[in-house]
Amino acid sequence: MHEQLYRSLYRIRRVEEHAARAYPSDKIKSPVHLSIGQEAVSVGVCAALEPNDVVFGTYRGHALYLAKGGDLKQMIAELYGKVTGCARGKGGSMHLIDPEAGVMGASAVVGTTIANAVGYAYALKLRREPAIVASFFGDGATEEGVFAESLNFAVLKQLPILFVCENNQYAIHTHQRQRQGRPDICARARALGMPAECIENNELLNLVERGKQVVGRIRSGLGPHFMEAMTYRWQEHVGPGADFHLGYRTEDEAQPWKDSDQVHRLADLIDPVRRTEIETEVEEEIAAAFDFAESSPFPSPAELHEHVFQEVCA
Amino acid sequence: MTASRTTRPARQSRALPKSVAGAEALRSPGEANVWGFEDSAPAKQSEISRPVTRTLSYVEALREATDFEMARHESVVVFGLDVDDPKAIQGTTRGLAEKYGPERVFGTPLSEDAMTGAAIGMALAGLRPIHVHIRMDFLMLAMNQLVNVAAKCHYMYGGRVHVPLVVRAMIGKSWGQGAQHSQGLYSFFMHVPGFKVVAPATPYDAKGCLAAAVRDDNPVLYVEHRHLHFTHGLVPEESYLVRPGKARITAHGSDITLVGISAMQTECLAARHYLTTAGIDAEVIDPIWLSPLDIDTIADSVERTGRLLVVDNGWIACGAGSEIVAAIAERLMGVRDLRVQRMGFAPVTCPTTRCLEDLFYPNGRTIAAAARDLVEGTKTGWVPDEEPKLAKLEFKGPF
Ligand SMILES: Cc1ncc(C[n+]2csc(CCOP(=O)(O)OP(=O)(O)O)c2C)c(N)n1
Ligand SMILES: [Mg+2]
Repeated sequence: MHEQLYRSLYRIRRVEEHAARAYPSDKIKSPVHLSIGQEAVSVGVCAALEPNDVVFGTYRGHALYLAKGGDLKQMIAELYGKVTGCARGKGGSMHLIDPEAGVMGASAVVGTTIANAVGYAYALKLRREPAIVASFFGDGATEEGVFAESLNFAVLKQLPILFVCENNQYAIHTHQRQRQGRPDICARARALGMPAECIENNELLNLVERGKQVVGRIRSGLGPHFMEAMTYRWQEHVGPGADFHLGYRTEDEAQPWKDSDQVHRLADLIDPVRRTEIETEVEEEIAAAFDFAESSPFPSPAELHEHVFQEVCA
Repeated sequence: MTASRTTRPARQSRALPKSVAGAEALRSPGEANVWGFEDSAPAKQSEISRPVTRTLSYVEALREATDFEMARHESVVVFGLDVDDPKAIQGTTRGLAEKYGPERVFGTPLSEDAMTGAAIGMALAGLRPIHVHIRMDFLMLAMNQLVNVAAKCHYMYGGRVHVPLVVRAMIGKSWGQGAQHSQGLYSFFMHVPGFKVVAPATPYDAKGCLAAAVRDDNPVLYVEHRHLHFTHGLVPEESYLVRPGKARITAHGSDITLVGISAMQTECLAARHYLTTAGIDAEVIDPIWLSPLDIDTIADSVERTGRLLVVDNGWIACGAGSEIVAAIAERLMGVRDLRVQRMGFAPVTCPTTRCLEDLFYPNGRTIAAAARDLVEGTKTGWVPDEEPKLAKLEFKGPF
């Protein structure tokens, strides 16, 4: 299991590092919100999910997309604006989707997919399907009205949904303390009527274990659950670089999170020979994905007018 | 203090000059634009006599106007997501929190709906809030408060209260802004009685319109475009107002009238240049205020040229451009033979990939091509070669 987790974690980290490295070439003409430092949350929760389960995410969605099994080649092509991208170049980095892998899209408007995830969970329950939904969002999203409204409905209808708040403590450059009168997000979830727990340390194995427990609980029909996962964004809010020069946070604050880097933690748990094999395979896969993106064509001009409406079905 | 009562602007019903270009005009060196001027005194107009030599960016002009209005009146407060963060909304709010303190300038939680409602409450209590949104798309979370409350209060309560609220909202473009960070949705607000809408396209107007918006006792949507933020122009040091309901002729011509809204103003001026190479002399108008709209200035122009091409910074259907064309048709039917056309975003969601995004927006060349066809009354197939100095602003991310 460690090997699988390591592969997923390492792969996401390296994909984003490659994207950051490619960025100055201006081939990725798209805002990129990197998850570097936060990967363990997506990897941990998705390890507890089945292929038929569904996730909804945010513009900071590379990690979730990959952890849930989204196609890597199509993701890189999407970043490059190519027609072979997961949204044919029309969505970009902020709107990754792969319905076949259960990745149901991501919004650039904060908080909006929380309600969509709730609706999807309602449909699953109505159809008595065994799948569940996981809704990923940031700490900032919990300030939007849609957060409280969605949680209330999920409790009311006892929906099969896991809410995952990736709390990296910042919304752009503003700390949670400066935005929330009582920065206890779990307390709000509990007040709305669902069990909630905070996972403090960004530790992958902990996330996996807790994820399996609560997902099992939800799958058995016990209703929604709330998980707040404390984590830390290493890079700037948007873009490939660091942002400590802006002065809204310090490198000292980031250091403990970097010291407990989950990629290294997991690497230490597996056999060095296997580790090298995994890394080599992942690097090859990533190189192939970037090659694929580079060599893919851009959409033709006619594409502009396609997909405004779904073709009417007979 | 009940400041909102003491700063009532001049009555709207005053007859508007046909155009402010002319007597009070000033030509900026090397530019086609002709700026009209009004002075800072709220109730009367006078000329700014000293020549203006200072160049500011749109961002700086906007910041200066905010600073001036905050200094002028304690009741002015500025808030919104990230107004006090290190990037200070592209610099438009830089230094204001330090100068006026965190009670008058503050970042908010991510709660557009509630903060809009709160802004209305503040306005009802006599404050003059400026609520800032880094993208116009986020206004969609605040529509109930804006449409059902802000726009309605004065009328619904029989004039007993008013809502002096400014909502600043920025339209994004390029570098993959895509579906949800690129929309020009101001026509929604033009549709609703009780809202004023302004879309300044120059640093001069950015400053004068913000001051006019803050001093207005009604809700005003102040539309910015992030490409305009980077433009520079002459801006007087003193305070002045660019009042509601007046358009400006930014370039004179006799063959066709081009009306360019927000950032499309720049593209229309580029189109005018291209058209001269085809021997066509275009007049260009900037409506500046979309609501109330100065249809007189546009109608006068079209009466002379007989052709109208309105280029919107949004979708065409039910858009600001549609409104202008319809109003002109009503006004000039039977008065003059005319040909009209609307341009705007392609009728699709904004795609992120550059090759499709380029096709999504009108630009100087496509506007010139459409204008020439309109003038000649036939599809000529002419599209001017790109002139590097008129090429669209290359914008680089990450955002
Ligand atoms: C409704 C809305 N308001 C504001 C924004 C601008 N914005 C983009 S990301 C962001 C911060 C969100 O913070 P959080 O939810 O914690 O997610 P993180 O970026 O930390 O992953 C903000 C305010 C937006 N995209 N949507
Ligand atoms: Mg956050």
